[in-house]
Amino acid sequence: MLEVKDLVVAYGKVKAVKGTSLTVEKRQVVSLLGTNGAGKTTTLRTISGLLRPESGEIWFEGERIDKTPAHQVVIKGLAHSPEGRRIFPKLTVEDNLLLGAFARKDTAGIATDLDRVFALFDILKERRTQPAGTFSGGEQQMLAIGRAMLSRPRLLMLDEPSMGLSPLMMQKIMSTIRALQAEGVTILLVEQNAAAALRLSDRAYVLEVGSITLEGTGQQLLGDDRVKRAYLGED
Amino acid sequence: MKIPTLVTPELQKQYGRLGRLVALAGALLFALSPYLPWAYPRTALDNMTYLGAPSTVQFLGLSLGVLELFALVGSHMAAGVARVRGTTHLLHRVAWNRAARAGALGMIAFIGLIIVVVALETGGLANLEYGAWIALVAAGIATAGSRFLAPGRESTLDRAPANPVLEILTIAGLLGGSLFLLAFALDQDDGGTFVVLLAHIAIMVTIALRSGVGAWLSLAGQRHRNVLVFSAFAVAFLFPFTQNGSDANMSIATQVLIFATTAVGLNIVVGLAGLLDLGYIAFLGAGAFTAATLSESTFATIGWKPPFIVVMIIAGLISATLGLLIGTPTLRVSGDYLAIVTLAFGEIFRITMNNLDGSDGPDLVHGSSGIPAIPNLNLFGFDFGEPHVIAGITLGRFANYFFLMLLIIAVIIVVFTRLNHSRIGRGWVAIREDERAAEAMGVNVFGLKLLAFAGGAFLAGFAGAVKAHVDVSVTPEQYIFLESAFLLAAIVLGGMGTVLGVIIGATLLKLVPEKLRFMSEYRMLIFGLLMVVMMRFRPEGMVANTRRQLEFHSDDQELAAEVDEDLPYEFVEERA
Repeated sequence: MLEVKDLVVAYGKVKAVKGTSLTVEKRQVVSLLGTNGAGKTTTLRTISGLLRPESGEIWFEGERIDKTPAHQVVIKGLAHSPEGRRIFPKLTVEDNLLLGAFARKDTAGIATDLDRVFALFDILKERRTQPAGTFSGGEQQMLAIGRAMLSRPRLLMLDEPSMGLSPLMMQKIMSTIRALQAEGVTILLVEQNAAAALRLSDRAYVLEVGSITLEGTGQQLLGDDRVKRAYLGED
Repeated sequence: MKIPTLVTPELQKQYGRLGRLVALAGALLFALSPYLPWAYPRTALDNMTYLGAPSTVQFLGLSLGVLELFALVGSHMAAGVARVRGTTHLLHRVAWNRAARAGALGMIAFIGLIIVVVALETGGLANLEYGAWIALVAAGIATAGSRFLAPGRESTLDRAPANPVLEILTIAGLLGGSLFLLAFALDQDDGGTFVVLLAHIAIMVTIALRSGVGAWLSLAGQRHRNVLVFSAFAVAFLFPFTQNGSDANMSIATQVLIFATTAVGLNIVVGLAGLLDLGYIAFLGAGAFTAATLSESTFATIGWKPPFIVVMIIAGLISATLGLLIGTPTLRVSGDYLAIVTLAFGEIFRITMNNLDGSDGPDLVHGSSGIPAIPNLNLFGFDFGEPHVIAGITLGRFANYFFLMLLIIAVIIVVFTRLNHSRIGRGWVAIREDERAAEAMGVNVFGLKLLAFAGGAFLAGFAGAVKAHVDVSVTPEQYIFLESAFLLAAIVLGGMGTVLGVIIGATLLKLVPEKLRFMSEYRMLIFGLLMVVMMRFRPEGMVANTRRQLEFHSDDQELAAEVDEDLPYEFVEERA
């Protein structure tokens, strides 16, 4: 469904991603692990068209998208829930969600999807007219995921959805990801919490200083010694 | 900034009743003082020399005193009604004490201003008669007394059950009253009287806001938006009929309307899309010059004379094209660059027009002398230069243009509100708040910015075409940077992203200099001070856009939401 080939992305002279390749198959959850500065966020931002690669190719559903502007990538069915949530704090919950559907014009479909998000996160329904900035971190994350879903994506990219959340809230987010997968949404997940991410991943990649150093199924990586030492905190 | 509290809550609890009595006495004395002479010379303001016959200005003072009495009596009555849990008595919904405290301060400000103005106009405090001093003392007593009233809870009038009839009647009544106020204000040739009148309006608005009536009114306005808009247009439409064919005030009114129309157009760019355009006046100028060169003026340089409707559209299109030319390269980069480029564009436009004089460039607009003698419009046989008599009332040349501008501003307001509540409007807000996040949502950031920029330019060109005919001649010096700055000031002062606020702001900025010509040297100084004061105390402008207000006072909102979070919504009202 998504194929990234030899991707190189640079900020000025500094190369943040140095020839990364990865594949996401339909209906899979794929994780991208790595320490800070490994290039995970940069990879996602490049896929969604917010950054331009120096070289390499990005293919989505048989179409090359590495030169497509960001707003058209969304129309093609690829949604990005950015790092740090980036909700619009002064807009209401409903306005935030509708902005997720900005690229769509099918009013009836948007209404259906709005109800779907409200069914998934009832707190959003209760507070649909409140400014989003008054929400807790976990609620904002739900809003960010809901907002990304409103573009009715076939591939959803989530950047650090559990960042700064309580363990309970994090479980809620992880079970949401599972629920989305069951609905048929493909997910590319960037996550600091390696253990939780690997447990629900069909496939995972480990990114170190801009390059992929390890890849395999979630179970394989959970058992890998290097992963255990570096990301799971085991000896 | 914190003013030390002299009167502590304990003192207020102890002496509240006494304070109310003292304030009542002060207010009563203040309400009676207009029947005394306030000044010796007849020339001071509007002849306040009679015993027993207040002048108009004195009547304004009387109204403040009566209002204060009303607030104090209300405070007394509200204190007499016990609070029952679960219900709210209407008397408890009004913040009487807050209104009384603000009103007493307003009385001091009002009489203080009159004393200062009279002293300045007539050359000394000796020209004031005992009545003015009594009024000042009375206001002081009322203020001292009212300080002992605890401000109490905020008004909950806005949560009172809706009463459509009362609301509609109030809106219509207020706007009807404002028609007379407007006609009266424009008739004041004496600068001092005009200032006092403005101060009186400001004091009244403050009292309304403090008492909660203001919040109720704004809610009523929202509930009956159509009534509000219709009444406002009815007032504007009826205004020329109050002028009896005199062109003096109508020419000011028409200029105000042109200025307001341009400001609303600029507000689409600045207030909705958040793009700082410092050269907007150039787009107005481009429209005016286009209309001038295509007009029937003997100095027009282009032989083709299309009908005015076509001219307007061409003027709009030329302005929009200029907007695209400027916008395409600059809108991709961050906002600061746009401000600089538009600032430069404004200057380039003016200098280019100066150079199109036949010696430095083609003789298209005759350089700095511009295109004079632009004839009056003649649309569908209606000659804008001729006075027309309707129902026995003569409507002069400016009244004709006033009606045309009214039509144009209506169109622009419709465009503005439709855009604001559309998908495009939501995209603009998203861009304003977080451009990168908006992009990730699939918002075509560049396209939407360009739409706002070129669309705003189109509307300015549209208005400029009419302006050329109203002004009779078009010269480059009418379209200088200062005008752009004033347009922006009108938006910031009135309230970014609102229609009503910007119209009020534009009216004030255009009307006040006309009426206060004696202070014209200090105009810039006063506007500068006004801006600083606004930014400090009310950065969202006189009329706040709800989204904007959140941007400026998010702390309070977050606080409020935190407090309210524990209670389900139904209980919030009861507790408040």
